[in-house]
Amino acid sequence: MQASSSKSALLRGLRAGGPFVLVAAPFGTLFGIVGTEAGLDFGAVMAFSTLVIAGASQFTAVQLMSDHAPMIVVLASALAVNLRMAMYSAALQPHIGAAPLWQRALIAYSNTDQSFAVSLSEYEEHPERSAKEKATFFLGTAIPVMSTWVVATWVGVVLGAAIPPELALDFALPVTFLSLIGPALKTRAHVGAAIVSVVLALALAWIPFNLGLILAALGAMATGAELERRGYGR
Amino acid sequence: MIEMTTGEIWATILLLGIGTYLIRFSFLGLLGHRPMPGWMLRHLRYSAVAILPALIAPLVLWPAATGGEPDPARLAAAVVALLAAWWMKTPIWGMAAGMATLWILLALV
Repeated sequence: MQASSSKSALLRGLRAGGPFVLVAAPFGTLFGIVGTEAGLDFGAVMAFSTLVIAGASQFTAVQLMSDHAPMIVVLASALAVNLRMAMYSAALQPHIGAAPLWQRALIAYSNTDQSFAVSLSEYEEHPERSAKEKATFFLGTAIPVMSTWVVATWVGVVLGAAIPPELALDFALPVTFLSLIGPALKTRAHVGAAIVSVVLALALAWIPFNLGLILAALGAMATGAELERRGYGR
Repeated sequence: MIEMTTGEIWATILLLGIGTYLIRFSFLGLLGHRPMPGWMLRHLRYSAVAILPALIAPLVLWPAATGGEPDPARLAAAVVALLAAWWMKTPIWGMAAGMATLWILLALV
């Protein structure tokens, strides 16, 4: 009985995560290409995709490493991109906090925007399911996303050298990030934060060691929070 | 091009991996059942839209490929990518529309 409910939770998770292969495949391939073009070797590119598993922060790190930013700025910026995942972890806690530690540890390893979004909506639809079933569902959604991410990175590394310059892949990173920002502009508070982020980044671009980027992000985060406090968050 | 030593590159990857894991594990393990204070949640909600625009704004306005000169094709591609992703509510369409715009404009010029 318990084994079969676990199995069905896993299958439902796999099905729910399946479509995200279409997102992870091009992003992962692009990361393999961009990382290789930046001068990283095969091992380093693959280590990024297997140890960090967070596309936007991986691209951020590679971009800043190419800009010769100090390591502390690279880490601060790339981790800032991932701070939203603390919020994901807090949102998941009431649902899967009672699941075994090994499951929670694996969920933390595989927590991506996609798995989080689809799992949370499943939990809200079926709050009666057990913590273990909910955790199993989450891991099911993560399997297609993560395996595609790693394989696609590998494909990107292999393809990297064969990409003709006419494809203007120098601009693939800005286009990718703009494509991530677009759907994230959900409220006026988000739009306000994004505008402040751009204005400050350009105005503070003269500050050495890419520190203007960190200041711009802090200013933009405070702007979003303040706008939300004033009721512009919905 | 990255000019870090191999050791620095691996240190960056490992520290980023560990830091990211700790962020993800925070409320699932380390901090247990403690609720997150409201002001912190309010700031975290904007972390992605606070840093990603700051990171790419200079790359869009002053692309290295044109020696830092603003480039109409790249500016147009950026606007199309943002609007398409926002309109369709999914990144894939933004990426496709943005790169297609760039290729068409670069081929025309």
